[in-house]
Amino acid sequence: MKKISFVAAAVVLLLAVFAMATYLYNSQKADDANANAQKNNSVLERDYSPILGDKNAKVTIVEFFDPACGTCKAFYPFLKGAMEAYPGKIRLVMRYLPLHQGSDDVVKILEAAHQQDKFWEILSVAYETQSAWTRHHVARPDDFWKVLANTKLNVEKAKQDANSAIIEKRIQQDIADARKLNVTKTPGFFVNGKPLTQFGSQQLKDLIEMEIRSNY
Amino acid sequence: MSKQQNTQLRTPPDTGWMLIFTCWLLAAAGTLGSLFFSEVMGLKPCVLCWYQRIFMYPLVIIFLVGLFPLDRAVSRYALPVAIMGWCFAVYHYLVYSGYIPENLQPCSEDASCAEINLELFGLITIPMMSILSYTAIILLLFIFQRRTQS
Repeated sequence: MKKISFVAAAVVLLLAVFAMATYLYNSQKADDANANAQKNNSVLERDYSPILGDKNAKVTIVEFFDPACGTCKAFYPFLKGAMEAYPGKIRLVMRYLPLHQGSDDVVKILEAAHQQDKFWEILSVAYETQSAWTRHHVARPDDFWKVLANTKLNVEKAKQDANSAIIEKRIQQDIADARKLNVTKTPGFFVNGKPLTQFGSQQLKDLIEMEIRSNY
Repeated sequence: MSKQQNTQLRTPPDTGWMLIFTCWLLAAAGTLGSLFFSEVMGLKPCVLCWYQRIFMYPLVIIFLVGLFPLDRAVSRYALPVAIMGWCFAVYHYLVYSGYIPENLQPCSEDASCAEINLELFGLITIPMMSILSYTAIILLLFIFQRRTQS
């Protein structure tokens, strides 16, 4: 065999082994994630979790999010678009997973807004003004409060509620559930209990459409 | 013409070429292996892992260039690079096996060099694979040097 084709064959072989190992590893990981999600199906949502959409919708998207996370912000219009594309068929459940430094205080504010029935309104504000109250991936709750002064939120009451034991407990519960469900990054998506194993908007779209097709 | 082709096919590539080819294979496998750990399995490389990568990755190119045509001087260029990488690999081994205290090594919080992320068959770790590859490459280069000198 010519030396050049010898080396070329070695390159092809090495790359094939790499691709094969990647495929096997990823499918094993996806299987594990599916099995784990199925096992912990009961902690996917809590009675206090903010929910958007028709409560009889047959497709439920659960998102573990961090308001300071740029990718969560980028996915928000995508989720809204999916809900508009299938009116009445999708319900969206939000779960808190504050991974950024300072985010734990910001999700407490969101939960305080939730108690005033203004969760979705304030979430939109949080995403829109994200760059104003985050710096170098650190959330600054004080700056977020300043933003909230221009909204309809009762800031006085929200400040009291944000420090309440009940909200603290809910946030800790969401973090514990995320750990159980093996969500270590935000956004973490589940569609009808199935985890998004390969991250990407197209993959999420495919997963949603698959569930729409099998339920309607 | 066909006779000539036949003899060419039957002649095995010379040993010197095969030695450097094996070096290249080791470097390429090490490169792809380390990329598998970080990009597919999501294990974050620690600082010392990065230094070992810095000396392993260029070896793939150096050996490949040295193979076409076989450059007898290839060990002059590849050996210092491989020895540098070997030193980092040994230092890393000493750190994670506890011979060098953790607070003396230059690691960041998010990926500790002293922490063992992966153990194959209960005994082979990533730094150990690094030492083995670098050692094999260095030995092969020494053998290559001796053969080409004589």
